[in-house]
Amino acid sequence: MEFKLKIWRQKNASVKGKFETYTLKDVSPEMSFLQMLDYLNQQIIESGGDPVHFEHDCREGICGSCGIYINGRPHGPLRNTTTCELHMREFKDNTTIVIEPWRSKAFPVIKDLVVDRSAFEKVIHAGGFINANTGSTQEANNIPINKKISDRAFDAAVCIGCGACVAACKNSSAMLFVSAKVSQYALLPQGKVEAKERVENMVKKMDEVGFGFCSNTYACEFDCPKGISVEFIAQMNREFFSAKVCKQKS
Amino acid sequence: MIKLDSKIPKGPLADKWNNYKSSLRLVNPANKKKLDVIVVGTGLSGASSASALGELGYNVKVFCFQDSPRRAHSVAAQGGINAAKNYKNDGDSVYRLFFDMIKGGDFRAREANVYRAAEVSNYVIDHFAALGVPFARDYGGMLDTRSFGGVQVSRTFYAKGQTGQQCLLGTYSSLSRQIAKGTVTMYERRDMLDLVIVDDKARGIITRNLLTGEIERHSAHAVVLATGGYGTVFYLSTLALGSNASAAWAAHKKGALFANPSFIQIHPTSIPVLNDYQSKLTLMSESLRNDGRVWVPKEKDEKRHPNQIPEAERDYYLERRYPAFGNLVPRDVASRAAKERCDAGYGVGDTGLSVYLDFKDAIEKQGKKAIEDKYGNLFEMYLKITGINPYEEPMRIYPAGHYTMGGLWVDYNLMTTIPGLFSVGESNFSDHGANRLGASSLMQCSGDGYFILPYTIGDYLADEIKTPRIKTDIPEFEKAEKEAKERIEKLMSVNGKQTVTSFHKRLGKILWDHCGMVRSAGGLKKGIQMIDDLEDEFWKEVKVSGMANDYNQELEKAFRVADFFEVGRLMCQDALDRNESCGAHFREEYQTEQGEAKRNDKEFAHVSAYEYNGNRKEEILHKEPLVFENVELKERSYK
Amino acid sequence: MSKKGFSLTSISHKYIMAAAGAFLMLFLVSHLSTNLLLLAGDGGETFDKAVEFLLTNPFIKIMEYVLFAGFIIHILIGVILELHNRRSRPVGYNVPLRSETSAFSRFMIHSGIIIFIFLLIHLYQFFFVKLGFVPKYGGAESTVDFYPMVVHTFQNPVYSIIYIVSFVFLGFHLKHAFQSAFQSFGLNHNKYMPAIKIVGTIYAIVIAVGFSIIPLYFMFLYK
Repeated sequence: MEFKLKIWRQKNASVKGKFETYTLKDVSPEMSFLQMLDYLNQQIIESGGDPVHFEHDCREGICGSCGIYINGRPHGPLRNTTTCELHMREFKDNTTIVIEPWRSKAFPVIKDLVVDRSAFEKVIHAGGFINANTGSTQEANNIPINKKISDRAFDAAVCIGCGACVAACKNSSAMLFVSAKVSQYALLPQGKVEAKERVENMVKKMDEVGFGFCSNTYACEFDCPKGISVEFIAQMNREFFSAKVCKQKS
Repeated sequence: MIKLDSKIPKGPLADKWNNYKSSLRLVNPANKKKLDVIVVGTGLSGASSASALGELGYNVKVFCFQDSPRRAHSVAAQGGINAAKNYKNDGDSVYRLFFDMIKGGDFRAREANVYRAAEVSNYVIDHFAALGVPFARDYGGMLDTRSFGGVQVSRTFYAKGQTGQQCLLGTYSSLSRQIAKGTVTMYERRDMLDLVIVDDKARGIITRNLLTGEIERHSAHAVVLATGGYGTVFYLSTLALGSNASAAWAAHKKGALFANPSFIQIHPTSIPVLNDYQSKLTLMSESLRNDGRVWVPKEKDEKRHPNQIPEAERDYYLERRYPAFGNLVPRDVASRAAKERCDAGYGVGDTGLSVYLDFKDAIEKQGKKAIEDKYGNLFEMYLKITGINPYEEPMRIYPAGHYTMGGLWVDYNLMTTIPGLFSVGESNFSDHGANRLGASSLMQCSGDGYFILPYTIGDYLADEIKTPRIKTDIPEFEKAEKEAKERIEKLMSVNGKQTVTSFHKRLGKILWDHCGMVRSAGGLKKGIQMIDDLEDEFWKEVKVSGMANDYNQELEKAFRVADFFEVGRLMCQDALDRNESCGAHFREEYQTEQGEAKRNDKEFAHVSAYEYNGNRKEEILHKEPLVFENVELKERSYK
Repeated sequence: MSKKGFSLTSISHKYIMAAAGAFLMLFLVSHLSTNLLLLAGDGGETFDKAVEFLLTNPFIKIMEYVLFAGFIIHILIGVILELHNRRSRPVGYNVPLRSETSAFSRFMIHSGIIIFIFLLIHLYQFFFVKLGFVPKYGGAESTVDFYPMVVHTFQNPVYSIIYIVSFVFLGFHLKHAFQSAFQSFGLNHNKYMPAIKIVGTIYAIVIAVGFSIIPLYFMFLYK
């Protein structure tokens, strides 16, 4: 296979970037998308250039490091698939592939296709946890949890924090990411205790770090590689409302 | 001369840890604030150590090379986490978990350490439940378990095929809580380049800020390495591409002994190599062997589609060879059995280097829905990578480099031979002997971090309360920084023609061929020679593009690959020295007539710990004898 | 998130937007029911009665202010959202987003602006007449004698077409708005959401078609 690759190149955060076009021959349909980029980089290095920087680590769709905007879709054309799991057999031979970084004020570009997603971490640090000290806990089976509720919490907890929801959203909103964490804990009895404070703090931080507002277009759900449902956003809205309305004055 | 003292407490096995815990010295809360601890690595063991130490009130600095702790490769553990809860009433107990691990590790681990790991496993599950880790549950709301390789009870807790992810995110949440509280400071996108030793004690590290290339100094009263395993030495492995040995290796070069380097687990169920550009092998969880049956055709050069091969013409070789454990034999046994069939010419696929893992019977018996519930994400992953639907035809699998049982030598306190340098999780050697059983790495990592290190490190730090904050402008830091910079300069200045990755690939191939699933004295010697040659070539021919004081992924790789040559050589040296077969270490020369591993307990019931002795020199071997007071050394049989 | 110390979280914006929107949706139902009386064929007799009731009932008087507040809040927040969201992605994509989302949801601000322009015309033609800012026309006897003004207005085909087009856009706006309000209120449940979406679509069609019948009637059937 042969492709024309139009790739965003940017030396660092402070300079302007631009698209560079590369022609890549002898691409095997069995290659994953990242292997294709490795292959390109090998040629760039051998010809004395600076390889395209992109983030990746586990290459099996679970660490959430990779995240590239490919032909108008975060993580490329396949649903429920991360960039590293995408294979070249999904692309038509002899076409142009446009490769861009995530775009959002909250995710500034660091270099080429690498963006700074620390805004997510800040939101988690604001309350994405249960206050339970090591050693202070009771026997696990003392709190039975309805299987369906537990499975639902799991469905929210599968978020890999890749940022595709933000990249896909026309508003650069991080509602899906934040709601997944809020909902996971709000569903479980262990997390219910501090659910109100949690949702307030996390939402506040989410707004502070520069994400856009949600307008329910659901692109996030469509492009989430883990298929997380926007029902969790509704749940977060609910949790937030109940926090604002029902919380006791301190 | 280093004397290995494992510091195993006296007394009956079951009481050792409890009694010892009570005897450990404490640091009072006011003093804890004045003590700094560095934790390198934010996987399950690093993040749990950092958060537990933060909870205690120490001033913790934690480092990772990724952009977030949540990316650490613990995230990819699939199948589950063991605990001796006996929720299934199937006769499980701490002792039985201990025994399975000792036996699974082919009697090459310390009894006391393993027993302790089994003991704290139950607390780990309790703690994860409290942290909101959504483990699988049954309809009554109780935690569900499943069985795993090498055991006959059902003690593995799981969250679909994403148990590692859920445990890591749970641990990251507890770390986040400490970061929010200010007890833990997070330094992400940092590579540890060197360990700084002041007056014979570990006092800090030198890091490289991966975004700016800046070389930084960080000091502390103690350093904890939670840097994972070195399985990426094979290039193609189930590990994340960033996983590396460099931090542990830097510590090794500074005097920490490295134990059992040749004990590397080759995982039996990985998606086979599909093309030349492959950068990694994807694991298919061992849990699949609960319901999947492994087979190859009975005829050589079988060309038919697997679904067309009738039952009578299939060789379920694991069930045939190991009727008692069947498809659930330990990983090393399953891997070698697959290799044996493929080498004998029965392998399937274009390369002949794979075997079938078939779910037809399980789907027929339990229904597609039940299988989907258990393994849905794994099946999807397989489909995405290979384009083959495992609900309709068998998966093709082959062994791949996975987990390193070897690692930094630590005593019962998890301290290395350098005072003040601790090692937890996969980066130490302690609990898995010569072979790790499935679902026990999550268990060990979180046990080490949450329930063991916080106690033992206190005993060390109790002596440090009078030591003021360590300054970083002292000569020791200056020297270490200078050396790190020189090393980078050296790498950048080679300016050859070949990419770093091409060297890594070639090194991986050498090790896979000569120090992989089956080893021989001749092969190992040849391997060492080849590594030497390749290393020479590397330092003449490697091309590291970009600049040192910039975000430079090639330089990161080069730094790691340069260390892998030395790691690989030590692996071969150890494999060559260990004239027996045990667990994952299988020497052609030492096998039974049926082709099973033949241990030599008389000469090799010991831990081999190596002392660095200068570049290219054979390392100095120290032996820690393994004393078995509670179990009888037997041939490990799964028949 | 204005700079005057007045700050609302993203979710509060959603709630207020949805609440104002939901109120406006109810208003549309009442407005449509009144308007449909124009079709009674009785020379506006029933319609006039309804108008008189609406003009004199004190509750409706109050609701008129609420309605204005609803419009202003809905529009204001809509504009704030749009501006904030534009700022949230300072550098755009080269290839526009191709995620499969409903076009109705992506163009809310655009359909909203069209509806807003229509609203201004509408106010000019009826509400401002009532207030006396604009002289009565069409042979109306007083500033609140709307029937003749309606007849006059709708017999102008240009206006009628603008009117119908505006309501088509309103329909698009509502198609997203109805279920979106449920989502914003947190009332998304996998059991009920499909039904909510269907009801929303029906509602959007009824409003758009219902209002559009009136100019068609006056253009083609009214004698």
